[in-house]
Amino acid sequence: MRKGLRKNKGYFGKFGGRFVPETLVPALSEVEEAYRTIGRSREFKARLNDLLANYAGRPTPLYHAQNISNRLNFKLYLKREDLLHSGAHKINNTLGQALLAKMMGKTRVIAETGAGQHGVATAIACALLNLKCAIFMGKVDVERQKSNVYRMRLCGAEVIPVESGSQTLKDAINEALRDWVTNVRSTYYLFGTAAGPHPFPTIVRDFQSVIGQESRKQILKAEKRLPDTLVACVGGGSNSIGLFYPFLRDKVKFIGVEAAGMGISSGKHAAALGAGRPGVLHGTYSYLLQDKDGQIKIAHSVAAGLDYPGVGPEHSFYKENRRAKYVSVTDKEALAAFHLLSEVEGIIPALESSHSLAYLLKSKKEFAGQMVIMCLSGRGDKDLEEVLRVENE
Amino acid sequence: MNRIEEKLKQLKKENKKALILYLTAGYPSLAATEKLVPELERAGADIIELGVPFSDPVADGVTIQRTSAAALASGTNLTKIFRTVSRIRKKSRVPIILMGYYNPILSYGLDRFVADCKKKEVDGIICADLPPDEAQELLRLTRKAEIGLIFLLAPTSTPERIKLVTKASCPFIYYVSVTGVTGVRKSLPKDIRAKITQIRRYTKKPVCLGFGVSNASQAKEVLPFVDGVIVGSALLDCIEKAGRNYLDAAKKFTASLAAVTPHPSLSPTGRG
Repeated sequence: MRKGLRKNKGYFGKFGGRFVPETLVPALSEVEEAYRTIGRSREFKARLNDLLANYAGRPTPLYHAQNISNRLNFKLYLKREDLLHSGAHKINNTLGQALLAKMMGKTRVIAETGAGQHGVATAIACALLNLKCAIFMGKVDVERQKSNVYRMRLCGAEVIPVESGSQTLKDAINEALRDWVTNVRSTYYLFGTAAGPHPFPTIVRDFQSVIGQESRKQILKAEKRLPDTLVACVGGGSNSIGLFYPFLRDKVKFIGVEAAGMGISSGKHAAALGAGRPGVLHGTYSYLLQDKDGQIKIAHSVAAGLDYPGVGPEHSFYKENRRAKYVSVTDKEALAAFHLLSEVEGIIPALESSHSLAYLLKSKKEFAGQMVIMCLSGRGDKDLEEVLRVENE
Repeated sequence: MNRIEEKLKQLKKENKKALILYLTAGYPSLAATEKLVPELERAGADIIELGVPFSDPVADGVTIQRTSAAALASGTNLTKIFRTVSRIRKKSRVPIILMGYYNPILSYGLDRFVADCKKKEVDGIICADLPPDEAQELLRLTRKAEIGLIFLLAPTSTPERIKLVTKASCPFIYYVSVTGVTGVRKSLPKDIRAKITQIRRYTKKPVCLGFGVSNASQAKEVLPFVDGVIVGSALLDCIEKAGRNYLDAAKKFTASLAAVTPHPSLSPTGRG
């Protein structure tokens, strides 16, 4: 499972790598080495599995959503990551990495957050493991996500508003990297998605692969066969890579759904794979939104968790070798799916996950007669204010 | 021989240390950059680094973040920077290094970038987020074109990294004095001398020190151990504060630094 770490210095085809200031190279090697040794130890695995089961609430159900299946004309299973502690898949990764940081002897953890989901999941893990925690969050996001800021502070994290650049997620990552460069000896950077410099894309994928591993077992038990298609939303791409990866060698189609925001042609979107081109941002070579001069463009999506101009390098690899198909849906389509799932299944999905469902609704003919697993990566409670705001505009 | 290399050799002969100044290209404007470079040379700068602005400068502190954003807002890009270098070359032969981040260079095209560096007489390249491990292609191209590709070492660098970087970096090694981003510091770390001594065990190439050096007294403090100092944020702060009088202010600041560069070296060959 970890061969990505030894092979080709963290490359997935031509994507990935470690494009960072020299100061951070030894720190990344240290994380890589710790992951290879501590992360593989029996003690680490036992502690993580215990936390995932008894603290976070794994395994999550694989739920056959009958009502929506009837409308779609194919059989849809939802992998219920929304039922996890903290309400999203993010905690699979933060528990894993925070435990790694703890066992490495690091005393302080930093992380970036956009809307606050990864920040909250990091704050929770650090509270549990008694690690000092600082979360970098764009000033714009601090203002529009007050309740998540309060959640992080409740769990003892320091929330640092980032006033540089566009004051959103990408600038929060810049600032977290600057902090890491400065405090590299004591600090662990807990990266939130399957992007960033090597070894983060591999580490995050591995910790999120529990989604796909469980789904695989559960579907084989329920249906005695593998699904035809897997669908998940792609921002940085951690829940999708976590669902896809354990099915990599199976005859199962992968579909990643990006955020088309106000439409690709409007320029206000977050479809790095769909409308970007390869480049280097935040330490990795991957598809990204950039202008003709290689300056990074600001992403847009109603779903804050998809609002990132880059994407994990493994997705870029799957795009180029066509192992996965990447599509996009607009804010509007995602909002419609958000309502529909709430109405017919009584499940309020996160706006991020609503993108996956929106694609299934939009292209239901493509899946006629199939069996499909969709990752319901998070619950929508966090989005209620945003949905009310958008719909009142 | 490459102009940077030549300059460093000449300075060594004269028992002087190199004063390397960093300017964000396009700050406060490209016309200002064009004026500043020859004037700074006259005031005592030995080598000029022109910062290629990038939207996401992770290795930079607030000053260079601000000047980069301003330069980008007024439309600075590599094409225009090369044009400015051409104009500068009519007035000055000072060695020029382009310093920036990888993505704008990658987007410009590595082949085209190195070819234009050659054509416009740029002498070196520093890429803050490109360690030698990821630089095979750029190394190949710059070596062929005899353009310097300078890599960085940091206080966190292990012997393994020092070995790799000193081998790849040409014609000098850029030592980052602090664990941190660019910007003015009240004081410099105490471990500089020891780290430079360690680096010298692996290489005979010159070692220049940057990040955090902001005035003549700090420069004086480190000059005995290194072959040159690199000053950026403090110069840009000075330019920013001076407003319309930026040229005079920058010259005065440069002269104050240049006054300390004929520093007696601690090496046995030095006359001091």
